[in-house]
Amino acid sequence: MTAWIDLVVTGAHPTIPDVGVFAVAAAIILAGAVGVVVARNPVHSALMLVMTLFGVAVMFVLQQANFLAAVQVIVYAGAIVVLFLFVIMFLGVDREENIAVEPLRGQRPLAVALVVLGATGLLLLGEVSKWTTGQPHVAGTDTGAPNVNLLGKSLYTTYLFPFEATSALLIIAVVGAVVLARRPPATGDAATDEATSGSTAADRPGETGATTEAVAEVGPAVAPADGGATGTTPSGAEVDA
Amino acid sequence: MSISPTWYLSLSVVLFAIGAFGVLVRRNVLIMFMCVELMLNAANLAFVTFARTLHDIGGQVLVFFVLVVAAAEVVVGLGIVVAIFRRRASANADDLHMMKG
Repeated sequence: MTAWIDLVVTGAHPTIPDVGVFAVAAAIILAGAVGVVVARNPVHSALMLVMTLFGVAVMFVLQQANFLAAVQVIVYAGAIVVLFLFVIMFLGVDREENIAVEPLRGQRPLAVALVVLGATGLLLLGEVSKWTTGQPHVAGTDTGAPNVNLLGKSLYTTYLFPFEATSALLIIAVVGAVVLARRPPATGDAATDEATSGSTAADRPGETGATTEAVAEVGPAVAPADGGATGTTPSGAEVDA
Repeated sequence: MSISPTWYLSLSVVLFAIGAFGVLVRRNVLIMFMCVELMLNAANLAFVTFARTLHDIGGQVLVFFVLVVAAAEVVVGLGIVVAIFRRRASANADDLHMMKG
């Protein structure tokens, strides 16, 4: 406790409501995190992730980071997890997965050992060493009160260039997602076949023959319109998120 | 005064450990992504704790940037998953060995 106890602002004891809220939120966070890892169905994992994210938002509120708590709920639970669920259901991978089998022999004991070692090392480092070095208060003093204006001022003065860089990053991410999720343009027979037969059946050899005949019967006029309509759906949804 | 930062940082370490374990053990690419999100959240919790404890708003600004980068990472990552799934019809990380020499 030597190193981290230095960080405590005052020596006063926490109040009972604070302890209660912290305990409940910590239990929610840990239960959700374990649920993400052990759930067999990816949809259940995503819902457990929402639970953990709400718990972390409660922790932010407990530490007077109200704006970040709101952003956490809106961006993470509202956009990122919905994007996860969207992709899970779009790909149709929401089936149960058998996690009892171990594809790589000895992987799980090794992972447990590695993770326990790492976590113990981190906790020990926190005990024995000083982690905080360098110049304090470069971005502004956090008075401990809820302070959106201080955060905004720091963001638009000290961190203006990184802030602008994130806008470029978001644009690049959106363009990249559109390029990756777009279907190849329908030029020849093979491309038309892929566009009309759906995403999952495109490369299965048994089914492509049947769909080629179906496309031949439907005719070339219908196929590009159909392919275009299904191609724009995932891209548009990801731009939203 | 509220809870000691020690508790927050310990919780952050445990959350990070669970996320790292998930990335190491799970095979489904989507669940591995979710475990990466768990680790990012553990880092965010530590940042906010240090921001409050050291009276430096920079920690909260950094959490803001982590959120943005996480959103961009998820969008591009899931785009790649969709593109791979179109080729392989599988979200299993063990099936992705087409670049093996």
